[in-house]
Amino acid sequence: MDTQPRQLSYSQAIQEAMAIALESDPNVFLMGEDIGVYGGAFQVTGDLVERFGAERVIDMPISELGGAGVAVGAAMTGMKPIFEFQFSDFATLAMEQIVNQAAKMRYMLGGDVSVPLVMRFPAGSGTGAAAQHSQSLEAWLAHVPGLKVLQPATPYDAKGLLLAAVADPDPVMIFEHKLLYKMKGDVPEGYYTVPIGKARIAREGRDLTIVATSIMVHKSLEAAVALEAEGINVEVIDLRCIRPIDRETVIASVKKTHRLMCVYEAVKAFGMGAEISAMIAESDAFDYLDAPIVRLGGIDSPIPYNPDLEKAAVPQVPDIIASARALVQGKR
Amino acid sequence: MSANPKTAKTVQANAPFAIRNYTPEQLREVLHKMHLIRKFEEGAEEAYLRGFIHGTMHLSIGQEASALGICMPLTEADQITSTHRGHGHCIAKGAQVDRMFAEFFGKTSGYCKGRGGSMHIADVSKGNLGANGIVAGGIPIATGAALSAKMQKNGKVVVCFFGDGANNEGAFHESLNMAAIWKLPVVFVCENNGYGMSTSSARSTAVTNIADRAASYAMPGVVVDGNDFSAVAEASSNAVDRARRGEGPTLIESKTYRHRGHSKSDRNRYRTKEEIEDWKNNRDPISKFEAELMQFGVIDQAGITAVTAAVDAEIAAGIAFAQASEAPATTEVLNYVYTEQN
Repeated sequence: MDTQPRQLSYSQAIQEAMAIALESDPNVFLMGEDIGVYGGAFQVTGDLVERFGAERVIDMPISELGGAGVAVGAAMTGMKPIFEFQFSDFATLAMEQIVNQAAKMRYMLGGDVSVPLVMRFPAGSGTGAAAQHSQSLEAWLAHVPGLKVLQPATPYDAKGLLLAAVADPDPVMIFEHKLLYKMKGDVPEGYYTVPIGKARIAREGRDLTIVATSIMVHKSLEAAVALEAEGINVEVIDLRCIRPIDRETVIASVKKTHRLMCVYEAVKAFGMGAEISAMIAESDAFDYLDAPIVRLGGIDSPIPYNPDLEKAAVPQVPDIIASARALVQGKR
Repeated sequence: MSANPKTAKTVQANAPFAIRNYTPEQLREVLHKMHLIRKFEEGAEEAYLRGFIHGTMHLSIGQEASALGICMPLTEADQITSTHRGHGHCIAKGAQVDRMFAEFFGKTSGYCKGRGGSMHIADVSKGNLGANGIVAGGIPIATGAALSAKMQKNGKVVVCFFGDGANNEGAFHESLNMAAIWKLPVVFVCENNGYGMSTSSARSTAVTNIADRAASYAMPGVVVDGNDFSAVAEASSNAVDRARRGEGPTLIESKTYRHRGHSKSDRNRYRTKEEIEDWKNNRDPISKFEAELMQFGVIDQAGITAVTAAVDAEIAAGIAFAQASEAPATTEVLNYVYTEQN
């Protein structure tokens, strides 16, 4: 197998993962709205319908609830559906099947079935699509036992986590930030997986731990470069997965840096930052903290249309720099 | 059993479908299961009132012919999805009452190892993909199971049971549409017992017959007397054959009645005593089936007595099994949330 790094975009990496899954397992199929000849609203499925046929790359009617349930039923009976929501916001139409059915079926039936279902959710703001097409709802699903919730930040992880999700026997929800689709990065050819539930240290540092998800990993890394020039050495953890959470990696980092900031695009309240903060407060890493924990998240507002307002609604690089500086200098 | 073999062999051409198409042994087994469903539910109700069963339950007493008639043409490999009122479906698809009682008693030997209870009762090994606590929740799932059958070309047919209340959920409409456009091997069975909890079909549903809604999805819609086993079995056979031939779904509306309330909290304020008594006394599916079997010489009164005695013994043994079974350890509460990976 050729594993020479090549540059692929995030969406190409996802498409390649789906192609590998379709090639290697006849039970894998894709299902979603306009994923066939149209190629998907964000061109992620692209020309897969030409390669694998309309029976395995299924264009479904605009029926998110029914479609999600069809995927659940197919998964319970031997198939491995990869279901694309056109926008993650439309998960609200399918919450019944995701939350009451997919997540609980194995438990309710005492382990007699499993639901090897993968769902993909194009998420996040920054495209001018306004309040109903720009949300980050991953924490809703992370609140549900029985689901696994991933947020790949790089093309490498987008491919490896998707292939890990297809191999996983349980329902796995993957939130893909729409602004990442065109981002390029090294992606090996062939099959590989990235383990579900393992965070990645995207940048090592000693003064502050930033735990970030999805596009905020990149914004945090950009902020870290600027902070380095000021003598602030930041460690950035790409959480990759918010259920299950990699406690060990986060706790070890906080014990090293003594400071924690959580950066995520979803509305700040009741989100990833709340969970990580509480996890640290409940752990022995709490005693290592030299300063209060800081959360940077989306504001308490729907995502606005106006581009300046839209940017103001979610953390930007200058916000991360300012908050990190205040956090580190405040206790110095 | 004391059926007259001569009579059974020389059935008239105008005899009901079931008499013409099933052997006396099969018909007596149907009667056995009808009594088994009823006595199981009566036994469960009594155990509930005595405090052995936790939670609530939704009894299908009065609807037994519908469950059995629909499942009659199915093979063991065929699959069903069921509802909160699903005990009859579970037994009709081949489950054992001892493990069902054990589930209701919350025991490890129960079908769901004490995790599901009445509302999620299932025997997956017999093709029952589970009762469902969400009205219409099983409809898309059955449609997906039928998509699996079609993609795997395994010849399976999926029956999707739901109640009249479910026909006003979006999931019903979305699923029927998808099943029709993809010609999936699924039979949608609406058991219309007249009331979605307290709200009558007349008050909740714009069409007179729920089966009329099949027209919107270009599939056959069939109304059948759900308390007439033979009529239900005939409708189901036609729909299952059509599905197996690859011609797509059918919507069957099985009109029936539940003798008991919606659940254990029901005070029956939305229907009259006279209405309930009429269905119990004049339209009971078991009495009707017994009369038919006797008319065509399949069984006699002594045979019926033998059936009910056997069922009583089976129910008593099932309850004893459930009582004697072990409860799950609370340390195992997290089992089955995720698939165990070593």
